[in-house]
Amino acid sequence: MEKEFTTVSIPTSLYKKIEEAIKGTDISSVASYVAKILREALYKEEAEQDVFSKEDEEKVKKRLKALGYID
Amino acid sequence: MIQPHGGKLIDRILKGDEKREALEKAKTLPPIKLDAESISDVENIATGVFSPLEGFMGEADFRSVLSHMRLASDLPWTIPIVLDVEKGVAGKLRLGSDVILINEGGDASAVLHLEEKYAYDKEEIARKVFGTTDAAHPGIAKVKGMKDVLLGGKIDLIQESPTPYVRYKLSPKETRILFREKNWRTVVGFQTRNTPHIGHEYIQKSALTFVDGIFINPVIGKKKKGDYKDAVILASYEELIRNYYLKERAVMAILMMEMRYAGPREAIFHAIIRKNFGCTHIIIGRDHAGVGNYYHPYAAQDIFEEFPELGIVPLFFRSFYYCKKCQSVVNDKTCPHPPADQIQFSGTKIRDLLVKGEYPPAELVRPEVAKIIMEYKNPFNE
Repeated sequence: MEKEFTTVSIPTSLYKKIEEAIKGTDISSVASYVAKILREALYKEEAEQDVFSKEDEEKVKKRLKALGYID
Repeated sequence: MIQPHGGKLIDRILKGDEKREALEKAKTLPPIKLDAESISDVENIATGVFSPLEGFMGEADFRSVLSHMRLASDLPWTIPIVLDVEKGVAGKLRLGSDVILINEGGDASAVLHLEEKYAYDKEEIARKVFGTTDAAHPGIAKVKGMKDVLLGGKIDLIQESPTPYVRYKLSPKETRILFREKNWRTVVGFQTRNTPHIGHEYIQKSALTFVDGIFINPVIGKKKKGDYKDAVILASYEELIRNYYLKERAVMAILMMEMRYAGPREAIFHAIIRKNFGCTHIIIGRDHAGVGNYYHPYAAQDIFEEFPELGIVPLFFRSFYYCKKCQSVVNDKTCPHPPADQIQFSGTKIRDLLVKGEYPPAELVRPEVAKIIMEYKNPFNE
């Protein structure tokens, strides 16, 4: 079974700062806080258009027109 | 356009020769008959509604979803999507082989490429997904009735099952093209299992003020006793949109899916689904996907804190009511008047009036909408 967690080192001073910052919040541990920040940082929204085949596009547009969703 | 959850819109619909071959091969494969809800899951996987899922969850994803509200890949996912079968049925199936999934009408729906069979603990699902083991909770009743073994593996859809609401059924591919055709760069999704009252209209239009379009997305499928019938929900929304929305700013399409009533976990699930449809925002109201008093009224909003990378932006609405002094729909942040001036949007009160054949006050329900509901002899699920 693969291990679910691993260890990352951060400066002790930073650890203490985080510990202080999350006191009285819903965040249960420094590890949870760090994981949350990293997930946020790693998420990148790519403003790309969906790529559908021309055939698919035409078929979909035809159906949307027939159903009255587009003119 | 917002990317689908996990970055890729799943398309596992067989076409052309592949479909013909699968239909032929289906005659030789061991069959499993699925109920309408599981067939909806199959179709939602195949059409990308449940992207990035490509099939029924294997054990690693299942356990990770239960314990961490994430797939094994760490991607947010809060509701197990699983296929349960009886022990005897599972025993006859060979890992690595194909199984044909049959709908209630006896037609071949999809091929399951069986990768895993595993046991599970019903009580663990109850506790972790629903936060209760109370048999009175509709989700728990369903879990208790599940069969003993879960099957995991990718699926390929051969054909969609018939629905009387096909006219309202759009896939994420279709909604994404639709939103693009309408030049909507920002779209707010509205999940509903009710007919609309003025309060719903207020939050929809409040949200619409800040985005390009609204996607009204009623859940069609198994619901609890006393909920409005699907046909009534659709007809009443049609009427509301026709009379009170701009055609170029509002569209409605259905989501064929069973309500789980899992409160906060289901709110995240609903957000992921709307993201796959192409929504950039989702409305999350008070007690979203809740039932009875099982969840804190704002638990379904607070849970979003745990998923900063979700991508879709939740728009939170607290309670709202009609104020006789303000003469409009307001909330506790916008209205200074005392409770005596408030008229609450009580679903029960509205329902009682409709059952008696009385029109609810126009401050609560649009008369056009009330008229549509009252045209049904029994608008509620029995």
